[in-house]
Amino acid sequence: MTGKGGTGKTTVAAALALALAAGGRKVLLVEVEGRQGIAQVFDLPPLPYEERKIAVAPGGGDVHALAIDPEEAMLEYLEMFYGLKRMGKALTKMGVVDFATTIAPGLRDVLVTGKTSEAVRRRDRTGKRVYDTVVMDAPPTGRVTRFLNVTQEVAGLARVGPVRTHADMVRGVVASPETAVHFVTLLEEMPVQETLDGVAELRAAKLPVGGIFINMVRSVDPTLDGPFDVAELAMGVKAAGLGDDGNAAVIAEALAGEVTEQQRRAELERTERDALETAAVPRYELPLLADGADLAGLYELAEAIRTQGAA
Amino acid sequence: MTSPELDLDGIIDDSGTRIVVCCGSGGVGKTTTAAALGLRAAERGRNVVVLTVDPARRLAQSMGLTSLDNTPRKVAGADGELFAMMLDMKRTFDEIIEAHADPERARQILTNPFYQSLSSSFSGTQEYMAMEKLGQLRRSGEWDLIIVDTPPSRSALDFLDAPERLGRFLDGKLIRLLMAPAKAGGRSAFKILNAGFGLVAGVLTKVLGAQVLKDIQTFVSALDAVFGGFRQRAEQTYKLLQAPGTAFIVVATPERDAMREASYFVERLAEERMPLAGLVINRVHRSPAPDLSAARSTAAAEDLESRGEHELTAAVLRLHAGRMQLAAREHREQEHFASAHPTVPVTQVPAMSQDVHDLDGLREIGELLAKR
Ligand SMILES: Nc1ncnc2c1ncn2[C@@H]1O[C@H](COP(=O)(O)OP(=O)(O)OP(=O)(O)O)[C@@H](O)[C@H]1O
Ligand SMILES: Nc1ncnc2c1ncn2[C@@H]1O[C@H](COP(=O)(O)OP(=O)(O)OP(=O)(O)O)[C@@H](O)[C@H]1O
Ligand SMILES: [Mg+2]
Ligand SMILES: [Mg+2]
Repeated sequence: MTGKGGTGKTTVAAALALALAAGGRKVLLVEVEGRQGIAQVFDLPPLPYEERKIAVAPGGGDVHALAIDPEEAMLEYLEMFYGLKRMGKALTKMGVVDFATTIAPGLRDVLVTGKTSEAVRRRDRTGKRVYDTVVMDAPPTGRVTRFLNVTQEVAGLARVGPVRTHADMVRGVVASPETAVHFVTLLEEMPVQETLDGVAELRAAKLPVGGIFINMVRSVDPTLDGPFDVAELAMGVKAAGLGDDGNAAVIAEALAGEVTEQQRRAELERTERDALETAAVPRYELPLLADGADLAGLYELAEAIRTQGAA
Repeated sequence: MTSPELDLDGIIDDSGTRIVVCCGSGGVGKTTTAAALGLRAAERGRNVVVLTVDPARRLAQSMGLTSLDNTPRKVAGADGELFAMMLDMKRTFDEIIEAHADPERARQILTNPFYQSLSSSFSGTQEYMAMEKLGQLRRSGEWDLIIVDTPPSRSALDFLDAPERLGRFLDGKLIRLLMAPAKAGGRSAFKILNAGFGLVAGVLTKVLGAQVLKDIQTFVSALDAVFGGFRQRAEQTYKLLQAPGTAFIVVATPERDAMREASYFVERLAEERMPLAGLVINRVHRSPAPDLSAARSTAAAEDLESRGEHELTAAVLRLHAGRMQLAAREHREQEHFASAHPTVPVTQVPAMSQDVHDLDGLREIGELLAKR
């Protein structure tokens, strides 16, 4: 799940995880930016670098969460491939791990996507996948292609060797038809533009584009769409007992201004919707929650995702 | 609790004001505010340059910023001396290198893969380069007012913290450690290797490969030879920001997250002794019928609906009720800020029904910003 900053990536990723887990499935929700966004939307204390169950989906089904920390992922990697656990700790203290993951940003990404890919591929004793789906709250649109395009990114860094092998494994998962990169956007100029740019970039990198989740859609009574008569409104205002002959007209005039403004915004939103259509991918609409995205709101969004067939 | 009024005309008209910095959390209107203030200041007689970061495409076009050439261009259509530029962080970084290194060394650095990833994707590079560019514009002395937009980031504090982070990184202990063998020159260096370096080099070689480690070392030592003090540079610009000719304008939308960020930032500016001019609350929703409350409006709509009459009016009343609720929520956020920061001057800009994407739009925002 990617999108412009602040459009609702974390919220929508969480709702999608709930929707996908509904009816008895098991989903892992992963975050990669060290911001504890998942804990925030589920109203939980900070999550450790450890998979744990955080929510039950409608009709049974579990959502597990994991906050991936690149340093921890690096230590795990050192241990797994080199048996370097103790030394890893010492290196962290010296800041080496931080250094390595900073000066070589591709390395940081490959560690994070590597950990995620490992969870995707993990199987239990019976050979069944442990998670039905893994949902990632990914970096914003501007960085996501680079982030997912790991082989490309580490190409200049490591032509051969373990990092390279790791990157190839990640590429196999990320570019597979089982993966979909979804976008979250608002019906505003900048997020829409970023979404279209992002879709084009992913396509150029041959990465699988999923759908577009249009978030915070305001529902407006269709009665207010067309041209309307202020005199009629004034009569209605009067009938509702909100004014007498004189000030009903004044109130109607003021309210009419509100309607015109609303219509202008709706027009603008139509333009943005049309622009999104040019991406030629499925689009889903999620309502603006009046009370913000609290826990109940998440379930409401999950329901909207399910009824639109996005999960 | 109401806040004092922010007198923006007073600030941009004062010839003592040399730098205006527009900060705030993501998407609140920093770029719009910077551009609008720049236009207004120019049209009121100042010689202005606006440094924008990632402006919306149509806004950039309206200011004639079609290519990212990293130099200020005069804005046609502004009635005064207005120049504008878009920050190109990689180019700014490249220019620092080119200005301080002989051509051969500069080439070595610019083509190094680590330089390339550092200059284009290290988090904090954009903030550092915005400050660097500000320093350059100030030193050029060509403009008497510089208006700076800040990079899109979730937290406004990043603008103050990120440059320091890059500086700390480039001047860091580990970098020194890695540089040690290169400095001592070739093979003989291995004699003075301390245990720390051996450990570091061992692991980095294992994970990244020997070539990579060599690339890092070459890069680090070339960079170091060019100029020792990234941190020092950042500190200089930091001082500029504390100078009396600077005015910080914090931008926020009247929503909880954005106002909280604004609060943090205001407190931080005070700690750093950086001059705060005030808060711009952008995209405020108002109603042209403020006397009709949400409750009354909803009740009236219900009444009409139950009687099955005046469908249109009922819909309009519901729209109005929603608008009044929103306005009330926004008002509470503002009051909250005012009670926490009673001395911080505030101005409000209403939410327009359209994006701000041309000079007329900017002029209108400028007008609203200055309105008291
Ligand atoms: N459908 C919605 N209705 C109402 N509020 C919403 C909705 N979706 C998200 N929000 C709110 O919008 C804000 C931003 O959402 P969120 O943190 O999910 O965005 P993000 O894209 O992950 O942001 P960031 O780029 O900072 O990571 C939050 O306060 C969230 O509660
Ligand atoms: N008062 C306003 N009314 C309506 N739209 C506005 C208003 N102010 C800004 N906008 C619009 O909001 C969007 C975001 O504004 P802007 O780019 O200035 O924000 P920003 O803080 O610079 O964002 P970023 O953090 O992404 O850099 C733009 O499309 C702009 O036209
Ligand atoms: Mg998030
Ligand atoms: Mg901006």
